[in-house]
Amino acid sequence: MISEKLVFDYLNPGKLFVKLRGDWRIATGILSINTVTSCLASHPDIVQINLTAAQDLKWDSGLVSFLHQLIRKCESMNIPVDRSGLPETAQRLLALASKAHKGGIAPAKNHETFLERVGVGLLQEYESVRNGFEFLGDVVVSFGRLVIGKLYFRRDDFIFLVRRCGIDTFLLVSLIGFLVGMILAFVASIQLRMFGAQIYISDIVGIAMVRVLSAVMTGIIVSGRIGASFAAELGMMQTNEEIDALRTLGVSPVEFLVIPRVLALFLMMPILTIYADISGVLGGLVISIGMLHLNFAEYLNHTQQAVKVSYIWIGLVHSLAFAVIIAVSGCWHGMKCERSSVGVASATMSAVVTGITGIVIATAVITFICQTLGI
Amino acid sequence: MEPAKQPVIQVMDVDLGYDEHIVLRAVNFTVNKGDIFIVMGVSGCGKSTLLKSLIGLKSPIKGKVLYYARSFWDEDESGRQNILCRFGILYQSGALWSSMTIGENVALPLQLFTSLSFSQIRELVAFKLALVGLSGQEDLFPSGISGGMRKRASLARAIALDPQIIFLDEPSAGLDPVNARKFDDLILELRDGLGATVVVITHELASIFAIGNNGAFLDAESKTIIATGDPRFLLANSTDSRVVRFLTRGVESKESEP
Repeated sequence: MISEKLVFDYLNPGKLFVKLRGDWRIATGILSINTVTSCLASHPDIVQINLTAAQDLKWDSGLVSFLHQLIRKCESMNIPVDRSGLPETAQRLLALASKAHKGGIAPAKNHETFLERVGVGLLQEYESVRNGFEFLGDVVVSFGRLVIGKLYFRRDDFIFLVRRCGIDTFLLVSLIGFLVGMILAFVASIQLRMFGAQIYISDIVGIAMVRVLSAVMTGIIVSGRIGASFAAELGMMQTNEEIDALRTLGVSPVEFLVIPRVLALFLMMPILTIYADISGVLGGLVISIGMLHLNFAEYLNHTQQAVKVSYIWIGLVHSLAFAVIIAVSGCWHGMKCERSSVGVASATMSAVVTGITGIVIATAVITFICQTLGI
Repeated sequence: MEPAKQPVIQVMDVDLGYDEHIVLRAVNFTVNKGDIFIVMGVSGCGKSTLLKSLIGLKSPIKGKVLYYARSFWDEDESGRQNILCRFGILYQSGALWSSMTIGENVALPLQLFTSLSFSQIRELVAFKLALVGLSGQEDLFPSGISGGMRKRASLARAIALDPQIIFLDEPSAGLDPVNARKFDDLILELRDGLGATVVVITHELASIFAIGNNGAFLDAESKTIIATGDPRFLLANSTDSRVVRFLTRGVESKESEP
């Protein structure tokens, strides 16, 4: 049996001489060892294989990889392989590969069943929720230390964070608030115009924005902007062992890193929400005056009557709750980030998902409480 | 015994730097086929900058770098790619792609630059990992393995395409002495087995003397190479106090004293 690269020779009984020749480099492809094994299968009397190289043999690790497989296969069939006819360097590589192979640990291949996967997933989920609450507890305890003045973080860091949470986000929040106000006014006008009750657009825009919408919109923007940045920043710090460095210094990373972030957002979220309120009302005003020809003073007057002070408080309660949710979820996901680039990516993603989900749930809860209390 | 030396890398009168700031000037050396060439020098002397320029990440301000007598920075894009294909590079921290298993890390160069089938690549990956002592560990992720294993996996990736020139950036940094020694042996074995030329950036004296047969010594102050040659020869014969101080861990030889 002769192929282009392999020549088999059965002259000696019980011995198979395999001559390697031609171009065996990776670029020409690697032969499957099946040609040899099928030959072994058809000659069960073979007890030894001798490998020899022809003069014209060109090779690189493609050949050695082939031989490595072949030798392993033959070892499992208890057929010794004589490699003394191979180029010396190839013999060395083979020795290196098989030496390492013996010392290597067999991979722990585990095929999980569907039920196992569900179970493991549930347990992980449980563990993660538990961790989340533990972290929240840590934050609360650290806040206690902040109140009694036993907590240290750098003032410059805090001021920088306040700037990032507040001033740098301010324009975006104003724009979104303005647009949402316009959209609300526009949608409301479709119905209200039929009754000639356009003036109530001011009520709808004012109440909706101030009570809940501007806080929710601000929350979503801040979650995407600030929550994600917290998670990525702390995630990278975790990857670089910066957080470990703080721990070994005796500084709690929750106190040093998390509290200033929560505090900064806690300060800035209400302010951002008020800005969103104002720009939302302005957006409604622009539509009302520009398209529905309402009177400027009339619109403002109506808004003033419709929006009670308590609504503003409700909006602020929303925004404070969101601030805590966003900052804590961002920091939490960042700090438990895995040490790899994928880890940072998934931490950032989880932070935003948790943040927005938390915002929606918190809105539902607060709305329900307000309904029950009748405010 | 030695055949005529065949130059693989020739660095000719190269200046390196960032903008106006010159890091190294008038660098000249030749790496011959089969050499293990050590680039040594104190921290901050420009070793990493030199490596960046050798592996085509940073163009020199002036001068030429020749690989097999082809000037790298004068080639066009495809010419450079052609030269780069012959390199295998072990980065200092491994630089394994963290979203892939170590098997996939080794497989990617093969998928990109060969026309092998999926199963052939798998076999070749298994073989390369076996060479570095990681057989059967294909499915582990880089984040889940030790520093030594990461180095080995990264070396397996570096030799995936049977490179003619292997660049190693601080291969023994972060390894314990025993593993560092094993890694040195591995480098020697691979050099002999693959017939490659190796350029090593390091300041581990033990490694320098164990594997190096040629080298260049960079100096931070004069910003150039102040000695070239076999490190053992340099240790025995150099009269430059800076070189001797480095190679003897700060113990100056008597001849160099004023």
